Amino acid sequence: MSDRLSVAKTYKLYVGGAFPRSESGRSYPVADTKGAFLANAAQASRKDARDAVVAARRAFAGWSAATAYNRGQVLYRVAELLEGRRDQFVAEVSTSEGVAARKAQSLVDASIDRWVWYAGWTDKIASVLGASNPVAGPYFSFSVPEPTGVVAVLAPQASTLLGLVSVLAPVLATGNTCVVVASQAAPLPAITLSEVLATSDVPGGVVNMLTGRTAELAPWLATHGDVNALDLTGVAATQRPELEKAAAGTVKRVLRAPATEPDWTATPDITRLRAFVEIKTVWHPVGV
Amino acid sequence: MSDLWEYAPAPESRDIGNLKPSYRMFVDGQFVDGTGEPLKTINPATGEVLAEVGTAGTTDVDRAVKAARRAYDKVWGRMPGTERAKYLFRIARMIAERSRELAVLESLDNGKPIRESRDVDVPTASAHFFYHAGWADKLGYAGYGQDPKPLGVAGQVIPWNFPLLMAAWKIAPALACGNTVVLKPAETTPLTALVLAEICQQAELPPGVVNILPGAGDIGAAVVNHPDVNKVAFTGSTEVGKLIQANLAGSGKKLTLELGGKAANIVFEDAPLDQAVEGIVNGIFFNQGHVCCAGSRLLASESIVDELLAKLHSRISTLRVGDPLDKNTDVGAINSAEQLAKITSLVAAGEEEGAERWTSPCPLPDKGFFFAPTVFANVSQAMRIAREEIFGPVLSVLTFRTPDEAVAKANNTPYGLSAGVWTEKGSRILAITQRLRAGVVWANTFNRFDPTAPFGGYQESGFGREGGRAGLEAYLDV
Amino acid sequence: MAAPSTTTSLPPDLAEVTRDESTLRRFLHGLPGVDQVGVEQRAATLATRSIKKASKLWAIDTAISMVDLTTLEGADTPGKVRSLAAKAHRPDPDHTDTPHVAAVCVYPDLAAVAVEALRGTQIGVASVATAFPSGRSARAVKLADVADAVASGATEVDMVIDRGAFLSGRYGQVYDEIVEVKAACGDTHLKVILETGELATYDNVRMASWLALLAGGDFIKTSTGKVSPAATLPVTHVMLQAVRDWHARTGHHRGVKPAGGIRTTKDAIRYLVAVHEVAGPAWLTPNLFRFGASSLLNDLVMQRRTQLDGHYSGPDYVTVD
Repeated sequence: MSDRLSVAKTYKLYVGGAFPRSESGRSYPVADTKGAFLANAAQASRKDARDAVVAARRAFAGWSAATAYNRGQVLYRVAELLEGRRDQFVAEVSTSEGVAARKAQSLVDASIDRWVWYAGWTDKIASVLGASNPVAGPYFSFSVPEPTGVVAVLAPQASTLLGLVSVLAPVLATGNTCVVVASQAAPLPAITLSEVLATSDVPGGVVNMLTGRTAELAPWLATHGDVNALDLTGVAATQRPELEKAAAGTVKRVLRAPATEPDWTATPDITRLRAFVEIKTVWHPVGV
Repeated sequence: MSDLWEYAPAPESRDIGNLKPSYRMFVDGQFVDGTGEPLKTINPATGEVLAEVGTAGTTDVDRAVKAARRAYDKVWGRMPGTERAKYLFRIARMIAERSRELAVLESLDNGKPIRESRDVDVPTASAHFFYHAGWADKLGYAGYGQDPKPLGVAGQVIPWNFPLLMAAWKIAPALACGNTVVLKPAETTPLTALVLAEICQQAELPPGVVNILPGAGDIGAAVVNHPDVNKVAFTGSTEVGKLIQANLAGSGKKLTLELGGKAANIVFEDAPLDQAVEGIVNGIFFNQGHVCCAGSRLLASESIVDELLAKLHSRISTLRVGDPLDKNTDVGAINSAEQLAKITSLVAAGEEEGAERWTSPCPLPDKGFFFAPTVFANVSQAMRIAREEIFGPVLSVLTFRTPDEAVAKANNTPYGLSAGVWTEKGSRILAITQRLRAGVVWANTFNRFDPTAPFGGYQESGFGREGGRAGLEAYLDV
Repeated sequence: MAAPSTTTSLPPDLAEVTRDESTLRRFLHGLPGVDQVGVEQRAATLATRSIKKASKLWAIDTAISMVDLTTLEGADTPGKVRSLAAKAHRPDPDHTDTPHVAAVCVYPDLAAVAVEALRGTQIGVASVATAFPSGRSARAVKLADVADAVASGATEVDMVIDRGAFLSGRYGQVYDEIVEVKAACGDTHLKVILETGELATYDNVRMASWLALLAGGDFIKTSTGKVSPAATLPVTHVMLQAVRDWHARTGHHRGVKPAGGIRTTKDAIRYLVAVHEVAGPAWLTPNLFRFGASSLLNDLVMQRRTQLDGHYSGPDYVTVD
């Protein structure tokens, strides 16, 4: 029997590079899949969502202007740090998702590999999505993908780490900043990931992680005038039409998701990299 | 000084337009009567009725969508790309063959100068089909997987500012990717789309692949909301675009929107001034300013604004406003009484808010809908004429002192369709274009369009692209 | 640098420009650039103007009155010049209401012949000078050439600039030479040939235009006709912009003369449209715009007949010179 009481972690929000509690003072109990209490998580309010959007917007200029090479290195660094805390994530994923350690290990490994995969994309996606346009006239015309802006990501509910990384990394790889609403029932891996991000080279505000009730926070993000895009992946199918409708108020880009959560272990394609970029076409005359 | 040299009228022959007394909707390969109330389309330059056009009723929408579905399931969706390509090449060629007819008809129905319909709208429409024809059998190389699939039936609604060209922008990529189409042209400009339908017939395009339904906004709504439509493409106002996006919520239909704009045209002190003046003029007076990507906000460096304004005034004074069919007309008729009223009221608001109005002393015809080219100086960001899309020949001039201020003011709008930059300094061009939040940035030029160059907006100017490889995404199930 | 001999006083800021080589260079290099694509596009668009009926007849007559009827061949003789002078005076013997041309343009050794042949008419005699067309002679030789032309009674002198000096950036040298030629001209009208085909870029054409205007040239002229390309519409646009801007800054009107390659009425009308819409209606006069041409006149005469007679004319109905 241990003669020492362990120090329990307080799970907080991650906003603008800091770890505040919810301004509302609310928290909610998080249990494992068998119902055993794990921790109290902060229950973010609409004002926390608002603050997170402000932080994401503030971070956008810097992150979007960073070189693709730099973004690639920053994302790769996240993988390095995750690798170093592999055991902690395995334990958290195992309890959060109710999977055996072996399975949790493979999920964490896949999550690390996913960061690496997207890290490698940062300086290639422009070559794949961009173009030099052979226009019929004396002009040089080229098209480049640029980040859409601030993306509200409603993260998958079931896959607490691999699903989260699979939706978060492509948003970052293309230069967007984001507000993520973590899995409602199992947010602990997301918060621990935030701690990794905080100690990585990802600038504060680029990722803002909220925990709480997805259904409560999503409408505020869907209607927010300074949010440019919305990823519906983790929202209940029944709530999606309402959110899509709200998003129309400011012509947000909406990434719809399949009705049921996809198999995140499958190799991704570039659909998610394409989802939150804007193709910008530039023209200039060619003359002497 | 008085003008020594009056150009005699040089009208293009109206007969070339082959105007018919009545037109009907095109469904399943046939021109048929619709159940809607026929509309009379007028010549905005004179107010005269051009033709009676049969419109679709809601039951016709269903009929057209069914025809499109049949054509998709039985013919077009399974046709090899190489064959689809040949149909599109045919259409491209036929548009070119009938180009003068289409140009005259477009100018009659829309009010745009024949010089523009002849030299821009029609050739670009043909080029759009020619370009997309080539994609039909090469989609596997477009970066959307080896065998990307079409979506099915596309419901498309287009505006009145480029009636034929917008139809081409919508139909060509849809067909190239293997979709079939139900398209609703604008209420005030249905004619050239119906001639395009005739061209589809002449090209022996299988029945149902393209269906054209004239009508008002309710028919457009019926098309986009039809449950058997898989893809919706809309070009028009941001207001209607938002409605469509809201209505389609939860439907699973793929949507692309090309909406309004309030483009900044930024002129730095080292700009090639004479060409900047041309670009500004082309940016706002092309097509009477009825252009979603019009350069309606001139952002001029404070150090040159006086010189620039003087040059602009004298240049704009040479613009010839009048009969759209006259080959020497630079600015034609405003498309409708309704649009003219909107322009007039926004201009009044500009005066009320204290901007300094200058209007070209050019003579205006005494009938029809015309508005003399107008420039507002001393405009501030807060004024309505700096924020709202006027969609007319009205330029708002603002100033800036530093590049940062120019970018900040340019981006200070919920829109983000286009922008212009004028400077001789190469590195500055690249720096500013990078920072402008707009889908198309013209540097030292303005209002250039090409089927190979993707076009579309940021933010409330819409999403999705038209043209280029990127434009195919809108019509593929990817 | 020498002070310009033009009596017209420059505004102080422009006078300051010609103070020395470095102020001149700074000024010329500070002129706004010309975007090639933009100016060519504008010229092409304007060239689509369709001029019909009365406005066409007016344009033809105006164009005829603006022609500097030119012969600049090694084979020129007094006989050829006299026949050209007769043509200049009565371009269409069957239609005596046809306007006469503005001037006859010849080499300096034939200027006296032209002066004699045109005595009593209002037609000017333009003599090329300054070692036309290349200008590759000592300045003393060029000035003697000018003096010879003036002494022969030429009313206009068409000089060439030193393109070599211009292209190597010796603007002061080019300026000084024009100033000295202008002084040698006295009251004789001076046209400054830029030879735009050798200047190669529109930016250079703009700089050379301003240089010539600053130095006191009454006209700026595109070409000698001996270098291809000679006059083009976009080059003429740039030069028209220069005289327009010169007028805006000084209040003085200076002229433009495209020369070489303008052969048809259609071409000429396109130039007139450019004059009308780029510089302004004030320039639609032989005092401010000329065509340096030879075969153009016959086409103008033929098209004039077509307009008046209502049917197409043919080359046998106009005189060959």
